[in-house]
Amino acid sequence: MYSEKLIEKFKNPKFVGKIKDADAVGEEGNFKCGDVMKIYLKIKDEKIKDIKFETYGCVAAIASSEMMCELVNGKTLDEAYQMSHKEIVKALGEMPAVKVHCSILGTRALRNAIDEFRKK
Amino acid sequence: MKVYLDNGATTQVDEKVKTAMEKYFSESYGNPSSLHGFGVEAKIVLEKARRVIADSINAFPEEIFFTSGGTEANNWALKGLAFANRGKGNHIVTTKVEHKSVLESCKWLKRNGFRVSYVGVDSEGFVKLSELEREITDETILVSIIHGNNEIGTINNLEKVGEVCRKRQVYFHSDACQSFTKTELDVKKMNLDLVSLNSHKIHGPKGVGVLYASGEVKLDEWQHGGGQEKGMRSGTENISGIVGFVEAVKLALNEEHILKMEKLRNKLIEKVLEIPNVKLNGPVGDKRLCNNVNFSFRFIEGEAIVGMLDLLGVCASTGSACAEKTLEPSYVLKAIGLDDENANGSLRLSLSRFTNDMEVDYLLRVLPKVVSRLREISPFGEEECLQ
Repeated sequence: MYSEKLIEKFKNPKFVGKIKDADAVGEEGNFKCGDVMKIYLKIKDEKIKDIKFETYGCVAAIASSEMMCELVNGKTLDEAYQMSHKEIVKALGEMPAVKVHCSILGTRALRNAIDEFRKK
Repeated sequence: MKVYLDNGATTQVDEKVKTAMEKYFSESYGNPSSLHGFGVEAKIVLEKARRVIADSINAFPEEIFFTSGGTEANNWALKGLAFANRGKGNHIVTTKVEHKSVLESCKWLKRNGFRVSYVGVDSEGFVKLSELEREITDETILVSIIHGNNEIGTINNLEKVGEVCRKRQVYFHSDACQSFTKTELDVKKMNLDLVSLNSHKIHGPKGVGVLYASGEVKLDEWQHGGGQEKGMRSGTENISGIVGFVEAVKLALNEEHILKMEKLRNKLIEKVLEIPNVKLNGPVGDKRLCNNVNFSFRFIEGEAIVGMLDLLGVCASTGSACAEKTLEPSYVLKAIGLDDENANGSLRLSLSRFTNDMEVDYLLRVLPKVVSRLREISPFGEEECLQ
């Protein structure tokens, strides 16, 4: 039910972890819905210099987090903020309809992080 | 290495079962309703099969009705009994931890004018008898209680439930699809009026099951047509499937299989509980199905555990295979009082008589690695829980 690409991202995520001196951290989700995502950002000149994630959730949630990090790494904050969950789903190939919300959580966590940074 | 630890979902068909079935596809393919020799041969096979199933649960052959599986048996038991006894009352009592085929049948009955009460279970999954007694009213026509729970392995004391039902004069149904041949099932001793059984959980083919209906129970016919199964369930009998089912029952009825599975189950429980922040769901000892374990791992999610185990060649499940179409945490785990985190972090491993030490050892080698890898990915951990 998952695409090969999605499984590959789940199997070998490269953006897992914390950034100790992160410029911004964003979180989204709760235990009830079964997914929680935390995004750490290192920002320089309005651009994402480094990004890491921690995810509590299913296969699709972990793969979506990884895919999103890959897609927004190096982008400007505006570009990252505007990224739609649909781009993540597209990049991962097929995803069961019930799992699409996992990719939405990722984009929300990222926006929360950017919002936090801009408030500073 | 491929390790199949999802025998609660389905099992491999035993080679001996396959061999027993073979003849009934292209050689002895008669219709039991036909009057010629071919038909008579099939009829004899069918009635012999009925007797084997009857003997295995201490019933009479005429009380055994073949179906397409456990789901059909559960649907028929509930709906067939409810409609046949409408004159007596419109109330059904069941539990919160039944298989979906019972719960969904109850939902349908509710839409059709019946009332359903759902009795709770204790922290190990046993039905609360006092609550059950309280729920039975003059309007109650049926009590339906699962025998062995498919997710957490709890084996309910049907003898005690049967006593309550006898005393209160209500019909008693049990879904015994998971427990059949794995623990004692005696319809007389347990005062059972209806029992659902199936074949593919015990190394038989898919698509065959049985509804036992005692001679005294008032039950509506289920399928209308040519009058097979004493007019109760029309449709040409699935002879090859029935032969396979019966062969599977004969092979399964062996104390040694239970002892073997119990030993592996206990080893799994002992070793998996050595991983930090894990708990066992369901009881320990002989009140647990010999082939079932269910754990909750903190800080991580069950589907991800299953996904990573799958990549390592281990087939496991988060709960029941049917429940994975929804995103809700397991209603069985919620019913035994688990919070969302523990209910989401569940892993079910289910054994068969073909599971061996090597396979269990392989799982025990890879599972701790999977758990710690997923905990690295998770934002939660020890520090958070100390706060």
